[in-house]
Parts: sequence; C-alpha cells; structure tokens
Amino acid sequence: MRFEGSDNYVATPDLMLAVNAAIRLQRPLLIKGEPGTGKTLLAEEVAAALGMPLLQWHIKSTTKAQQGLYEYDAVSRLRDSQLGDDKVKDISNYIVQGPLWQAFESDTPTVVLIDEIDKADVEFPNDLLRELDRMEFYVYETRQLVKAKHRPIVFITSNNEKELPDAFLRRCFFHYIKFPDRDTMQQIVDVHVPGIKQALLKEALEVFFGLRDVPGLKKKPSTSELIDWLKLLVAEEIPVEALRSPDQKASIPPLHGALLKNEQDMHLFERLVFMAQRNR
Amino acid sequence: MLIDFFLHLKARKLPVSTKEFLTLLEALQAGLAGHSMEDFYFLARSCLVKDEARFDRFDQAFGEYFKGVQSIPGLEVDLPEEWLKAMLQKHLTPEEKARLEKLGWDKLMEEFKKRLQEQKGRHQGGSKWVGTGGTSPFGNSGYHPEGIRVGGESAGNRTAVKVWEQREYRNLDDSVEIGTRNIKVALRRLRRFARQGAPDELDLEGTIAATARNAGYLDLLMRPERHNAVKVLIFFDVGGSMDDHVKVCEELFSACRTEFKHLEYFYFHNCVYDHVWRDSHRRHSERTPTLDVIHKYGPEYKLIFVGDATMSPYEILQPNGSIEYSNTEAGAVWLRRLADAYPSLAWLNPEAERSWSYRQSIGIIREILAERMFPMTLEGLTRAITHLSRKR
Repeated sequence: MRFEGSDNYVATPDLMLAVNAAIRLQRPLLIKGEPGTGKTLLAEEVAAALGMPLLQWHIKSTTKAQQGLYEYDAVSRLRDSQLGDDKVKDISNYIVQGPLWQAFESDTPTVVLIDEIDKADVEFPNDLLRELDRMEFYVYETRQLVKAKHRPIVFITSNNEKELPDAFLRRCFFHYIKFPDRDTMQQIVDVHVPGIKQALLKEALEVFFGLRDVPGLKKKPSTSELIDWLKLLVAEEIPVEALRSPDQKASIPPLHGALLKNEQDMHLFERLVFMAQRNR
Repeated sequence: MLIDFFLHLKARKLPVSTKEFLTLLEALQAGLAGHSMEDFYFLARSCLVKDEARFDRFDQAFGEYFKGVQSIPGLEVDLPEEWLKAMLQKHLTPEEKARLEKLGWDKLMEEFKKRLQEQKGRHQGGSKWVGTGGTSPFGNSGYHPEGIRVGGESAGNRTAVKVWEQREYRNLDDSVEIGTRNIKVALRRLRRFARQGAPDELDLEGTIAATARNAGYLDLLMRPERHNAVKVLIFFDVGGSMDDHVKVCEELFSACRTEFKHLEYFYFHNCVYDHVWRDSHRRHSERTPTLDVIHKYGPEYKLIFVGDATMSPYEILQPNGSIEYSNTEAGAVWLRRLADAYPSLAWLNPEAERSWSYRQSIGIIREILAERMFPMTLEGLTRAITHLSRKR
C-alpha cells in the first residue's frame, strides 16, 4: 500500500514519504501549511488513490472529542419516553456513532480525516490520545469496548491557531506543506486546469508570483486561489495580451478579485501599480 | 543506531523524545527511507520535528551532524596523519586501540577506507550507514564543525546543495519578525471564552440533568452564548523614533482589530502623560484625559503598550519633561498609575532586545513596569501573551 500522488493531486517527494510512513507505521499524520495548499484535499486523494472509504470529521470551536467516538442522543430518548415508545428501553438505540467509531467498526481499512483540529478547545487533542494510540475506546452507556478491526489511516490538519500538546505531537508524524515552487505549481496547474495555453499560463504564473512578492499584503494569494483565477481566465477567454501589456507597463491583472480578497490589499496593490506606472 | 544523531539534536535544543526516536528507527527498519540521504532527511524531520518553526533549527543540526559523514567517502582531502590518529584515538575502545597497535596505522587506514567504500554502497542502500562501527563518530568529529572542519567547504566533494542546506524554513523560525497572520495566531492565545449576556442557547446537559431530577418532566434550561470575553486596551507610541517601526505596528494593530471584540486603542508620543488621543490628525483638538481612560475601562482590561521606549530620561522622570508641552506630572507617575490600574500589562518594544541595555530610558521603563517589557518578535509576543493570560 503506497501513495504515489494521483491524477488530481501533485504530491512532492517529501509529502509522499510522510504519507507512506504514516500508512506503513499506522500512525496519524499531522499536516500544517499555509491556507489553500491542499491539506484537506490530501486525505481525499489518498483515500481515492488507495480505494478506501474516507470518513471526515470537521472540527469547530464547540466540537468535543467525545463526538468523534459517539454521542448519546438523550433528547430523542426523552421524547420517545414521553411518547411511550418501546425503543426507549434499549439505550443502544440512542447511541449515535461518530466518525472514529465508524472507522474502527469498518470491515475494510479506512481513511479518517480530522480537519482543522486547532479550531477546537485546547483539551481536545489530549482527549483523543488513547483513542488514536491504541485505536480503542469504551462506551460507558452500553459498557462495551470498541476496538479497531483495522487501524485507520488518520490525517489531521491544523492551521496553527493553537499549539497542540506535546503528548499528542509525539504520537504523530508531521508534515508542513510549504508553498509550491514554480515547477510544482506548473504541475499543479496542469492537473487542475488542463488545456490552458502554455503562454497564458506562463504569464499568469508570472503575475501570481509577482503578486505574492508584493510587500505588505495582508493575505497572500494561495494555490487554490490561483487555480480559481486560472479557471476564470480560461472561462472568460482572456487573451494572453491582457496579462502582458505591450509596453511592459505594470498593470492591474484582469479578474484580480479572485486573487486578492481584501479591500486593503486591493488598495495597496492598486497604489503600487499606479506608482509603478508613473515612474516609468 | 543513530543515537549520536539523536543526542546531537537534543544538544541543539530540539525537543525530541525517545518515543519519536524509536518511531524513526521503526520507520527505517520498515525501509521507508528508501535509498537516499534526502529521504532520510525528510523521514527524520517528519518523525522528530513537530513544528515548522523548528525546521530551520533541525536543518542546521542535521547539516552539522551529517556534513562530516557526507564528505568522508573517498577521503579526497589530504588530512595530516597525526590529526586523524588523534581524532581516531578519541573514539576507539581499548580493544580497538590494542588492535591498532598490532595492525599498524597503515593497515587500519586501509581497513577504514574499505569500510568507507562499503559504506558508500550501503549508504545509498539504506539506513545503516551511520551506524556502521566507529566510522560515524570518526567522520563526525573529524569533520564536524565542533571538532576540526576540514571536509565541507575546502574540498570539492560537495556535489549539490542539500535540501537542509537551503534552509527554506528560516522565516518560520519563531524568533524572527512577525507578519499579520503570525500575530493573529499569537494573539489568539489570549482568547478567553466566557458565557455572558442574555441566555439564548439551550443548555442541553443542564436540561437533561434537570429533567432527570424532575422525574422525566421536561425542564428547559437556557444559557448565554460563549464568546471571547477578553478585553484589550492598547497604547501606541507614534511619531519620532517610532517611524522606523510603522509597518510592524500596523500589522499588530490590524491583527488586534480582527481578533478582539473589546479593543480600545489610544496614541501617545514617547511617554504617557495626562492625555492620550484617538485620531492622529486631530491630536491637538480631540484629546482624552488619561484619567478618563483609567476610569472608563476597568482593571479587567489588559493593557498593552507598543513603543520603543527610547527617549531622554527626563521625558520620563521630570515634570515638564515632555518635548511637546509642559506636563505637571512626570511620565513615570503616569506609568505607575496605569500599572496600578491594570494588573495585566505588557510593553511590546519593536527595538531588538539586545540593544535594550544601552538605552537608559528603556531601563527606567522596565523598572517601572516590573520588567514586563517584551520584544516585538513572534517569540516575544508569545511570551507577552502568556504573561497577560496568566490568571491573577
């Protein structure tokens, strides 16, 4: 079982190595990186490439570790009891399985994605230590021990909003997806926007990396934004010339709203372009 | 196997644990590192380093450690024999030393080279190459920057720039200056969630407990929503020597604006006196008396000063010391007053920490604020935030 990238996803050798290490040693893989570098996508692609079902668990600030295992739906039980339903006698009717339980119970190996773990409470990762380490947990309501039939491949993404506890980190492999260089970017674009004219792409990448180099931008455009922008360029049939003004003057690229997402950045950029034009 | 490497990382202050090290060995045993040094580097990084801020430190430590090993094969460098002997002696066990006497130096060198050859083959072949016998410490110390650096730069045997030598992650090291996103992340640690305001959310747990206690009769409980209840008051130093730091202050400011719901900010120049202002354009017409600020915003606010604290000591210590007008009370009095009013307080200073000791005014302010001054780097900001979020 090896992951070698896929038709939809360009994986650098170091990323592949980390993924394969996680698969082989059956330990969770923690992935960090700038927003829009394909952290979440990775889990989907690995699942697709290995032909395994993917169980996603998206974390919010209110998510509790327990919810990934199971939840006791007390409200329906309460309602059923008031209605005199017979189901109410068996508590297991009200235990709702979470993504981890589903993964543990599955007859085939699965891929589990714990998305944006840093959004949750600080205690969240600690509450999952044993579950991720031993891949088992205890259901108190029904007094049963749930043990993984197959250890799932676990991907965890983080946007670095909170520091994760050391005990948790020690149990994971770690990979930081760095912003792709030009060659990798070219490959990524080829995968996502096939059929784009190479001339247009070359100019577009020029503009894109130029934009990322603009000092003082609040949010630098990311890979996913580049892909969106390129798709727009293709859809709108923007000619190459629009990106490259004949007299080499700096200009505002068409549809730049796809790349710059905030007013101040837009103003800053327009001001810079304006100054560049005046200076020539 | 690789224990020296592990200890070297420890010595370079990387927080590596035994468990992680064992994981790495397990991964090597499983043959994951494939056939190249680069793979080994990635694998080791993935196993041992869990924070991209430490990647740069890891790159350096890795380079230091393996530079020796890397440049051994071939032994093109002409080393003075005495050196080698001396270095080798250090790492030999008594038995080996006895053997060395018996074999003679030349013979041993032969054997050594043979082993290196073999190792070159196996180094491509997998994981064992560092561990083979005494060669690693030999290479390590012989060429190691801490011992005598011979290999590396001088010889032409450094083929390509190694991944870890590119030091791509230098910017992520947390002692460098900060960008908006980094600041936001740091500030987020100050969040403190609390339930306040009107009860408009169903308290499920409470309802269940209450209902159960009620013998099954529904008893609905409501509670207020949770939000970030932290309150922040920021005083920015503007003008004069602060002009050099406008960018980083802007970044801090914009990050603060998005992070805190309760954020109040005021400007001052050099030192706080009896008034501050909100709008730099109208600073002479629309001032806010500092006392009003203290009265209006209670002690639950966390006070952050942002300023370089660089001025003449008179501006702090003397009445009428302000360079703008004659103040009746000295800046120090006002600073103490603020420090008393706000138990949670920090001063962020964009000047580099190492230059602080040369500025008298910085020393004075640090003394007044009981050393609660932090440099405006990510690491300093983190320290400041940790300090501010301490319960008191």
